[in-house]
Amino acid sequence: MSFPWANEYKPQHPVMQWVDERLPLPRFVYNAIGGGYPVPRNLNYWWNFGVLSGVALMIQIITGIILAMHYYASVDGAFNSVEHIMRDVNGGWFLRYAHMNGASFFFIVVYIHIFRGLFYGSYKAPREMVWLLGVVIFLLMMATGFMGYVLPWGQMSFWGAQVITGFFSAIPVVGEPLRQWLLGGFAPDQAALNRFFSLHYLLPFVILGAIILHVWALHIPGSSNPTGVAVKSESDTVPFHPYYTAKDGFGLGLFLIAFVLVTFFSPNLLGHPDNYIPANPMSTPAHIVPEWYYWPFYAILRAFTVDFAIPFTGIVIIPAKLMGVLAMFGAILLLFFLPWLDTSPVRSGHYRPLFRKFFWYGLIPCIVILGYCGVMPAEEPYVMLSQLAAAYYFAHFLIILPIVSRIEKAAPLPNSITEAVTGKPLETAAA
Amino acid sequence: MVRLIAGLVGLFFSGMLLISFVTGAYTAVTEPVAPTVESQFHKHPKKVSFKHDGPFGAYDKAQLQRGLKVYAEVCAACHSLNQVAFRNFEDLGYSEDEVKAIAKGWKTEVPSINPETGEPATRPGLPSDKVPSPFANETAARAANNNALPPDLSLMTKARHNGTAYVYSLLTGYQAVPANLPKESRPGTGLHYNPYFANLNLAMASPLTSDDQVTYDDGTKATKDQMAKDVAAFLTWTAEPKMEARKTAGWASLIFLIIFTALTYLSYRTIWADKKH
Repeated sequence: MSFPWANEYKPQHPVMQWVDERLPLPRFVYNAIGGGYPVPRNLNYWWNFGVLSGVALMIQIITGIILAMHYYASVDGAFNSVEHIMRDVNGGWFLRYAHMNGASFFFIVVYIHIFRGLFYGSYKAPREMVWLLGVVIFLLMMATGFMGYVLPWGQMSFWGAQVITGFFSAIPVVGEPLRQWLLGGFAPDQAALNRFFSLHYLLPFVILGAIILHVWALHIPGSSNPTGVAVKSESDTVPFHPYYTAKDGFGLGLFLIAFVLVTFFSPNLLGHPDNYIPANPMSTPAHIVPEWYYWPFYAILRAFTVDFAIPFTGIVIIPAKLMGVLAMFGAILLLFFLPWLDTSPVRSGHYRPLFRKFFWYGLIPCIVILGYCGVMPAEEPYVMLSQLAAAYYFAHFLIILPIVSRIEKAAPLPNSITEAVTGKPLETAAA
Repeated sequence: MVRLIAGLVGLFFSGMLLISFVTGAYTAVTEPVAPTVESQFHKHPKKVSFKHDGPFGAYDKAQLQRGLKVYAEVCAACHSLNQVAFRNFEDLGYSEDEVKAIAKGWKTEVPSINPETGEPATRPGLPSDKVPSPFANETAARAANNNALPPDLSLMTKARHNGTAYVYSLLTGYQAVPANLPKESRPGTGLHYNPYFANLNLAMASPLTSDDQVTYDDGTKATKDQMAKDVAAFLTWTAEPKMEARKTAGWASLIFLIIFTALTYLSYRTIWADKKH
């Protein structure tokens, strides 16, 4: 599962030799993230974000486990138990703020990681499985993040849960009974809070399992690189350790500095003030806004305002609400098909002039616009803006990308990674 | 086949969105939505600065003590502070004995039971008690307040955008109803006009009615503005009592991380020194 020139694990200490013969776990780690994993030498800083995502998950798991020791999942007690953590638990304010902002930072690094995959074509053969597992992880994260936001049982927790579980009621016929079954009641209440807490504790470990598969699948072909050219010889690669452990260590330092700045100096920057008001089923907030990482998808949900109907007959085939829900899930699910929608053999966006134009001037601005419209109230001009941006989003992936990959003339690729880095052909270049 | 189906799905979604857009644009042109009264008359909080602002800011304890006095003598008549315990007042610079005295002398007593009969009773507060609510329950609070519910103030400055300035602005923002305010937005019976409040009319009458409503122990002149500022600072503390510890820990972490990052950068450069990349 690696290149023939990969370093082999040779335990020096007799204890490690003894362990290696019986359970080669150190060998496994050495081959996964140690000197035994050859990695292209030309990875840029965009390649730091996979490791950072793993770190962010560990921050969430560690702070989360301790928070769960003090949290009390009850509609009467949850809000006060969070305040008890903030006020009376030793260092509780730190754990809670770190967990709250850790979720945001997890999404920040994962969004950058996905962005890198989209631009550099990391989803293409032979790494389709890495990409598919990545989309699964992303979906799991969204579910986990949503359920975590419900736990403090503030106003936005409650009304967010009301809106999100309301998606299910858009399903024809079975929707409403399904929603009641999932919630364990007619509205979010004690039963829903208990099951959200249970699942919020479970899913991070499912994510961890999916990450192990994600990394395993990555190690079959090895990492991609900014040129998108496959590894050809030993001079194209360096061992993961010490080269990328050092580089990732530096990236980790920068990531933690950003994390500390927000967590300690502006901990409520990314949250909504309404969640410091205890949940009140009798009082709807003026604007129900999800966490920032859902804003683009929330904008897509609300962009559908017209029923799909037969004109002049009043027969509605798909109501606007259902279409919004389908489109919102579709916006993520379409990523599963990306490896087969983008058929260009060239991976890196650097060598794809036409793709690059649509990517930078179409897709990225549209996602930014959708994010902005997602936090604004459902009024004009925000709805109209989100309709145009969402129309482009779907067209980009489902129509433009397949056509672009067919008609595009790619720029000439370097013959090898070594040539791209040193400017000399592979045969003459010294490692 | 995948691409064909994808193309059709894409056409459907994008098409429906464009139809929605055209419909929305048509409606926006033919039936423009009038700007709401709130968007015309509602004001953002005033600019006001405090000693606890900024990454180095720490609470002004004298100000917090004055704010507590305003809360105790004015706000506490209607508003609870149920996340805060009397013992927390030691953070404001009071000694243990002073806290005991504050708890014992609090206007509202703590709900209890008569140890002889088991009948509901009250007893004087202890440092370990949470600050007792002025009303026994929501119904009692509404009955005494023209059916409006005075919210708990513990987290008020975190529960509003720019909360500290919001509290200050609201307390000092009562004014005469503007002449051009539409009829349907004019305050009804028992409501009071305040442009800093989300829907412009709130049930609370201006609580700070005159200078020297409170007599400060430290000799500070209790102007209305001063009292509003002090109680806003106090409520910032009730919402975020660990702010100073948080900032200190933040600086310590930051200094550690800057050194850590500099070292990792140097080792990164050293390790890669012989590798062009």
